[in-house]
Amino acid sequence: MIPEQFEYFAPSTIDEVLKLMVENDEAKILAGGHSLLPMMKLRFAEATHLIDINGVEALKGISDKGDHILIGAMTTESELIVSELLQQKCPLIPEAAKLIADPQVRNRGTIGGDIAHGDPGNDHPSIMMALDAIFVLQSPDGERTVPANSFFLGTYWTELGENEILKEIQVPVAKPNSGYAYTKLKRKTGDFATAATAVILTLDGDTCSSISIVMTNVGPTALKAEEAENLLAGKVIDESLIEEAAEKAMSICDPAEDLRGDVEYKTHMAGEMTRRAIRIALQRAKGEI
Amino acid sequence: MKKTAVSFTLNNEQVDVLVEPRELLIHTLREKLSLTGSHIGCETSHCGACTVDMDGISVKSCTILAVQANGSELMTVEGLASDDGLHAVQEGFMQEHGLQCGFCTPGMLMRSYRFLQENPNPTEEEIRVGLSGNLCRCTGYQNIVKSVQYAAEKLQAKEEG
Repeated sequence: MIPEQFEYFAPSTIDEVLKLMVENDEAKILAGGHSLLPMMKLRFAEATHLIDINGVEALKGISDKGDHILIGAMTTESELIVSELLQQKCPLIPEAAKLIADPQVRNRGTIGGDIAHGDPGNDHPSIMMALDAIFVLQSPDGERTVPANSFFLGTYWTELGENEILKEIQVPVAKPNSGYAYTKLKRKTGDFATAATAVILTLDGDTCSSISIVMTNVGPTALKAEEAENLLAGKVIDESLIEEAAEKAMSICDPAEDLRGDVEYKTHMAGEMTRRAIRIALQRAKGEI
Repeated sequence: MKKTAVSFTLNNEQVDVLVEPRELLIHTLREKLSLTGSHIGCETSHCGACTVDMDGISVKSCTILAVQANGSELMTVEGLASDDGLHAVQEGFMQEHGLQCGFCTPGMLMRSYRFLQENPNPTEEEIRVGLSGNLCRCTGYQNIVKSVQYAAEKLQAKEEG
């Protein structure tokens, strides 16, 4: 319950944040604080300096940029859920955000923090990979962009470099004739997934012209099921193809055994979440639901 | 470690307090300001017994540093009742037997207070989802749902005058 001592800073601009990071080697960024503070309270994490970025207005907000939507890293989960812009143009994000944690946690936890944490149990990594989101990273040397699909390197390990922060997230607007789903198996509301799958697909007539399938918490990072995607792209998806795709998705699962289940159970649940997510996305793309 | 001066509005009163950066808001409220209604039921941010209202949103005060509350407007269960008597959520929990040991109740009340502003006319399912950040060992939640429904009706009636 009691975190170790640290020094606290509350800058109001990105430049000040970066300057403080450069000056303090062991500094950590404090966003919503709902992963970092719990780890510090258990002394899993210690920081000599905490840089609170809640006062940095430039990191907040959701804006329409035509073919994509720009989401500030400090946008809270609650703000994602109530965003009419996202509901209309990228409905996967608000729908999936409702499955993250609980109301109080969603009032503080941010999309950027969920991503930057690099926890395989978090939901946004899969969602961002399925959406082909782009992350904008800022360091004192300037800005660079990294696709979500090459950002996650391992458990709690991402492309974020030293003295670099995740500034904003660019997500493409949903295409016409596309469908989406995020199916999450959990023991109870507020728990991390036993297994979950994000799917986005687009139809050209009855044919699936593009599909992305990404699984949560069944590997050291979110897992993109590329073989399953390749199997379905360009085809008319039917139940037997969904079954084959689920088998291919299961074949790349590498879950950790814990209180949520053993390797076999989690792998099978990842397969089942994948089947369900493809079916729902397909129905949505066809306008059936 | 050097202490920091923090100022906020707490139950409509201006408060100034010296805190260590690592001090959790729940500890400041309970130990420095003697507002012991808010409780601590876990150390993993699950139970919601420490829920308070901060700048118009429900937050778990065990997962916020007191320094982060600087400049904010806070409300705890002690600020719910007014000169007119109990707030509708307090009355609802009493009338519908929405508490037994009372340990989760301050957090439940503070969450219900805010939830009914977010959603003044909720369904049973919306109430259960809306209060899912708050655990209770005693009631089985059933009467808490009824308590929130009671409060919703009372607040609606008041609104319609």
